[in-house]
Amino acid sequence: MAEDDLDEMRRLLAGSPPPAPREGAAQAARLAALEAFDAATALAANPVEARQSAADEKTLEEVQVSAAEPRRRGMVQRPAVEVIGGGLIRRLAMTLKALSTRSLVLGGVSVAVLALALALPRDEAPILQPTGGGGILGLYSNSAGDTAGAPTEGADAEIALAFKPPVAPAPAPPELRGRPLPESLNRSLQHSPQGRGGQAATPMIALPHLDVESASGIRPPVGEPLPKPRFEAEGRDRFEEIEINPVKVVTEDPVSTFSIDVDTASYGFVRRSLMAGRLPPSDAVRVEELINYFPFDYPAPETRETPFNADIEVIETPWNAGTQLMRVGIRGYSLEAEERPRANLVLLVDTSGSMNAPDKLPLLRNAFRLLIGSLSPEDTVSIVAYAGSAGTVLEPTPVSEGATILNALDRLQAGGSTAGGEGIRLAYQLAEQSFVEGGVNRVMLATDGDFNVGITDPAQLQDFIEDKRETGVYLSVLGFGQGNLNDALMQRLAQNGNGQAAHIDTLAEARKALVEEATSTLFPIAEDVKIQVEFNPAQIAEYRLIGYETRALRREDFDNDVVDAGEIGAGHRVTALYEITPVGSEARRIGDLRYGADEGTETAAAANDEMSDELAFLKIRYKAPGGEESQLISRPVTADDVAETPGSETRFAAAVAGFGQLLGDDRYLGDFGYDDVIELARGARGEDRFGYRSAFLSLVGLAKSLDTTAPDGE
Amino acid sequence: MLEATEDKALAALAGEGDRAAFARLVDRHYGRIFGLSWRLMRNRAEAEDLAQDVCVLLARRIGSYRGEAAFTTWLYRLVLNAARDRARAGAARARAHDGFAEVDDLRRGEEAARGREAEWLREAIAGLGPEMRETAVLVLDEGLTHDEAAAVLEVAPSTVSWRLMEMRKALKRLAETAGGPG
Repeated sequence: MAEDDLDEMRRLLAGSPPPAPREGAAQAARLAALEAFDAATALAANPVEARQSAADEKTLEEVQVSAAEPRRRGMVQRPAVEVIGGGLIRRLAMTLKALSTRSLVLGGVSVAVLALALALPRDEAPILQPTGGGGILGLYSNSAGDTAGAPTEGADAEIALAFKPPVAPAPAPPELRGRPLPESLNRSLQHSPQGRGGQAATPMIALPHLDVESASGIRPPVGEPLPKPRFEAEGRDRFEEIEINPVKVVTEDPVSTFSIDVDTASYGFVRRSLMAGRLPPSDAVRVEELINYFPFDYPAPETRETPFNADIEVIETPWNAGTQLMRVGIRGYSLEAEERPRANLVLLVDTSGSMNAPDKLPLLRNAFRLLIGSLSPEDTVSIVAYAGSAGTVLEPTPVSEGATILNALDRLQAGGSTAGGEGIRLAYQLAEQSFVEGGVNRVMLATDGDFNVGITDPAQLQDFIEDKRETGVYLSVLGFGQGNLNDALMQRLAQNGNGQAAHIDTLAEARKALVEEATSTLFPIAEDVKIQVEFNPAQIAEYRLIGYETRALRREDFDNDVVDAGEIGAGHRVTALYEITPVGSEARRIGDLRYGADEGTETAAAANDEMSDELAFLKIRYKAPGGEESQLISRPVTADDVAETPGSETRFAAAVAGFGQLLGDDRYLGDFGYDDVIELARGARGEDRFGYRSAFLSLVGLAKSLDTTAPDGE
Repeated sequence: MLEATEDKALAALAGEGDRAAFARLVDRHYGRIFGLSWRLMRNRAEAEDLAQDVCVLLARRIGSYRGEAAFTTWLYRLVLNAARDRARAGAARARAHDGFAEVDDLRRGEEAARGREAEWLREAIAGLGPEMRETAVLVLDEGLTHDEAAAVLEVAPSTVSWRLMEMRKALKRLAETAGGPG
């Protein structure tokens, strides 16, 4: 009979119930609902009174009053058990109970999950424990008194809930399991609006979902089978597929062309993944972004007339004795503070419900606080929110009125529906309104992946951003959180907007992306920067470009000024590595052709004796910011560039490249393993003023312990 | 029954502009809204955003609830409609995300055997189209009777029964041809 099958299915599905709602999300939803409710009633009733009651509800006094005297209105005063026990929920509870006794097999599974959950180093974050006794226990209790008057303790209890301490069943944000929050961030969280809004702490939140479970006694808070533990619970990150650059034969294909790329978002993502105890998907690993994360110490140009220097070093390849690594390092001219053009920044902030997580909106708020601290007094900042309280949060305001800006930042709340509205148009409108001729005009989009900014079609959105770029307003994209990020779209939008995509997961990362690199991110010194390398077949037999798979250009695009490419900001460093195989090396991967393959070599070698000992010829094309016509910088790569004692910068870059390939596609690495990366990087830490390289070392160690398929490198 | 009556009373008060009654209503039902959202979206962040959309909608629509159907039935309908709207809006977005499915498949392959059958089942049901999926979520996950589900979906009870029958057949076929949850 059909019903048997259906029962079977029911049983199966009951084994993966929805996770418990996140307290933060519940509060954001509640807040948004009440806002909408007030708006609706204000229309219907006396507007003055409506406003008044809304204001009342939000005061802190009410929280205290209602905590002392839990139910002011008669009808909600019934004991919670009775309230919750009826109707559909009771039936649901009974069904669940019945199912759980029938599917005892699942019990064993639950135990396994429990063990897994405990093995995670959640308790490494002792900061996050609730300071008071009430919050958590009250939440899980089903006694009438507790539910009605649970002593929620303001901000502390709030935070504890949002972080899901060990007893909580729902997955904590992955990075929180791995390490404690920075103290400063934690402090700021305690003052986040969700803690002081009033509603947040109102003990009326009964969480019927949880009550049902505890009342029926079938789903203990610990060990509940989560729907997609660790791996899939947050599976909305999206990456374009990467096909690794192949080895090319110089006689057949002597020219390599690509666009410069200063993005570093992949590094942030990889780090978060590893910190959360899992290897990143290989498509998430962009080797060039990992390398470019590190500010290498290349010589800077002396004057503004040469916007950047190209520094080249050739060393032996750490993973292949028969080949060499050719490192091209580019460093943009650094502007002194007084040389900086004025900045006109518009922050376009996602305030959808999912942003209400400690590593999103609160982090974003602090990140912008840092950024604002690094701007000049006459620069202007405006803020637009694009969900919920959509609209202009702050009209263009000079940084000299810092307090106004900081207040506006604090007012940002994750709330309201993601109906979007005209967020992005509004942002560009503000940017145009206070446009600075010859200055930096930039919209900075901060989101956890909801690109519902008022234009739903990605293609149309892309066009819009591209159009606006022509008017001189650029776009940067800052990604927050994990699990929801649409990396591919983020990259594409930033690229189309002549901006940068960065993934911000910690305050330290925010400082790096927004403050230390503020000048480079904000003040472009060259646009449409393209690199072309021509290899000399008399010297080099084969080559492959490491990374930059998504930035490849056609050979003819190099001289075509209509074709876009990446921009370089003040002080930016960009690194590209080629693995090159000298003629006559036994490490060649591709054999000679039988017919007439040598001809090219002969001609090239014979063509000019002077050129014959050059390894390659480097050409860089760029445009001045806003310029139409490109300029060319070029230089040969000669035997003089081959280092006798390889410098620490190139060795470290090589280590990062090896690491990226191990995580992504390691087909060219032989038996080079994590230990080799560690050894190589350890010896090349250099000055490491900000500790980036040391942090990299621990990251490699982490990956080594997680990646059981990689060779030991012994 | 008590709860249903209370819901109706609260909804009526909220409809008249009683803020506390409305807040109470949201608090009572957020867990359910989120749960159903999660089942429909199968992803936390999406579910959270949908649940929030529903809460806002609830505020705007509560005045139009006349107490004819049970409040939960009316609420389920609200969630379902919001999910459909969201899915439509998401279809445009989805085009840009083609690469994602493959990554996701990879990840799924790495996952332990636990929950694989349930996962397969959800996956398979989702593949049968939105109508089947909505019906399955209501009847199998939420435990509604055919009549209740029919009220939410605004179709005849016989349609619900028919859909479940069809679903059964389709799943059987799938399990046989594709090897099932293995």
